[in-house]
Amino acid sequence: MKAFTQLKGLVGPMDRANVDTDMIIPKQFLKSIKRSGFGPNLFDELRYMDEGQPGQDCSQRPINPEFALNLPRYSGATILLARKNFGCGSSREHAPWALEDYGFRAIIAPSYADIFYNNCFKNGLLPVVLTEQQLNVLFAEMYADEGYQLTIDLAQQKVVRPNGESFEFDIDQFRKDCLIKGLDEIGLTLHSAQAIKDYEKARAETQPWVFGAIK
Amino acid sequence: MSQRTVYDKLWDSHLVKQNADGSALLYIDRHILHEVTSPQAFEGLRIAGRKPWRLDTNLATPDHNISTDPAERAAGVAGIPDNTSRIQVQTLDDNCDHFGIKEFKMNEMGQGIVHVMGPELGATMPGLTVVCGDSHTATHGALACLAHGIGTSEVEHVLASQCLVTKKMKNMRVTVDGVLGVGVTPKDVVLAIIAKIGTAGGNGHAIEFAGSVFRDMSIEGRMTVCNMAIEAGARVGLVAVDEKTIDYCRGRKFMPAGEMFDKAAEYWRTLTSDSDAFFDTEVQMNGSDIAPQVSWGTSPEMVVPVTGNIPRVEDQTDAVKKKGVERALEYMGLEGGAPISSVAVDRVFIGSCTNSRIEDMRAAAAVVKGHTVSKTIKQALVVPGSQMVKEQAEAEGLDKVFIQAGLDWREPGCSMCLAMNADKLGAGEHCASTSNRNFEGRQGNGGRTHLMSPEMAAAAAITGHIVDVREFTGDQS
Ligand code: SF4
Repeated sequence: MKAFTQLKGLVGPMDRANVDTDMIIPKQFLKSIKRSGFGPNLFDELRYMDEGQPGQDCSQRPINPEFALNLPRYSGATILLARKNFGCGSSREHAPWALEDYGFRAIIAPSYADIFYNNCFKNGLLPVVLTEQQLNVLFAEMYADEGYQLTIDLAQQKVVRPNGESFEFDIDQFRKDCLIKGLDEIGLTLHSAQAIKDYEKARAETQPWVFGAIK
Repeated sequence: MSQRTVYDKLWDSHLVKQNADGSALLYIDRHILHEVTSPQAFEGLRIAGRKPWRLDTNLATPDHNISTDPAERAAGVAGIPDNTSRIQVQTLDDNCDHFGIKEFKMNEMGQGIVHVMGPELGATMPGLTVVCGDSHTATHGALACLAHGIGTSEVEHVLASQCLVTKKMKNMRVTVDGVLGVGVTPKDVVLAIIAKIGTAGGNGHAIEFAGSVFRDMSIEGRMTVCNMAIEAGARVGLVAVDEKTIDYCRGRKFMPAGEMFDKAAEYWRTLTSDSDAFFDTEVQMNGSDIAPQVSWGTSPEMVVPVTGNIPRVEDQTDAVKKKGVERALEYMGLEGGAPISSVAVDRVFIGSCTNSRIEDMRAAAAVVKGHTVSKTIKQALVVPGSQMVKEQAEAEGLDKVFIQAGLDWREPGCSMCLAMNADKLGAGEHCASTSNRNFEGRQGNGGRTHLMSPEMAAAAAITGHIVDVREFTGDQS
């Protein structure tokens, strides 16, 4: 996984509440067996005027001129400003994959759905939680200032605005460490291999029916 | 030891390690895989040169995007017309063969929707932790196990280590006492619960369903209820063990037998919440007050009793809610204030991991028996949840009842629940559906879903519009 320490980048908007995973990446694209390549279909139904199909060349499709992220001023954005309950709905990890593949490395929103929030960390994508008021400030500044950039300092747990002022945010210690070091979570768990084996041994003695059942 | 809930007991018995940073390593006993959320996990294993930690815990089957059309199914994997779907199903087969994972292939006896298959084969047992890359995994909690959905990276994590890095949830108890009226089903109970607590009501909680209504309910009914815990925001829903649980488990394929079963059952009987166990949140309802429910909008909390009216924008006091109702009415093409029973439907879908078990099939068949599907209905699909359900239903002659009444009898799979195959709604079409999500576009671009019980959906197929099954006579109006 890519390490995440500090990010300075252009900011783009997704200015509506309850953006569900179907909106982030519609179901027809879940048939891919790959982890990459979902970027062109991020927000597909909002972004294009036609109904997208997997495997299509998206550069030829009619784009929706009213969809904010289609505006040239947001092209190349790496930080997404969003509203509450972002990522609700299904457990599909294709949602963070699509955001990441599009170029986003961080999202800033007042709240996220549980599974989506979890899935972001597994993909080097940082979901920052700020208050609604703070989001209102950032949205307003971004709309007023073409080329608006923010700096996210994960070690310091700060979002730094262009005027030098910053908003602090909370994050789980374990998740923060994993992101900063770009740790492979599975590798980390496998450091506890002995503890897992010990657990299995003890359990097999008291509940033998749990083991060997499926064959 | 202090008083514990069922969830506390399940958590404690699977804790491998508690870390100082608040996270914990939780042991996973059962891992169910399907074609959509697993290919990238297997790919990850391969790239890292890892192998599954254990084989005897994983069980796989294709369900999400396979065809339910009998002719297409008969042509096998090679006959799946959609290229990307075919590759995905083939990839699951290849991965399971390669890693030695037990799979029930597309047309094999045992195959079915992941959450129908696990319990009916006895792969899901009381006291286990069960995960699957699908948010409706809470279904398995009906057998008093700790079951929830996970993302693809976690699928890979469980394959490689048999563990999850996670945090303990809070405890919530939803108690429904009293007795359900005639024509009121488990689906109506869970829809009424979601309508009451809202789609975020259970966020961060594991919900235990308690009270006489669940005690009186069959195990399959409890599955319908636990299935939709996620629609109330809770990743976990469960019901404590009782003798019904034990009876359900006896004799199933992957269950222990003989003395071992008795020993297991003895342990399973301890999986009830202690009388003074603490719940962070408590909700109480009276089952006698619940009428058959129907969703009118685009969120599972947008539900009214079938005797009720569609909400009006002007009656909403909360500004956010007002906007939500307005947007939903527009999407659904409905008029606020009209009776919900006036809504005509274009298609009917009886199926999904919520309502495709044998009891659901029997209930729907009993309603349509001797009647004919309304001429105004474009399609009425009955999709059994698994090969075993299908076989049982056919042995009872239910398929004939459906076919004679003019409904389509299909092959097992997720089908129109999420419309990843050809079973879809057209734009603007209304569907009486026994599935679990009524989000915009869930059953097809522009499609309009009305969630309800199998009995209600069956009645709607005959009358051509939403109707109170308690007053259903078979007349077409
Ligand atoms: S039936 Fe629907 S909700 Fe259930 S597993 Fe399939 S797609 Fe998911």
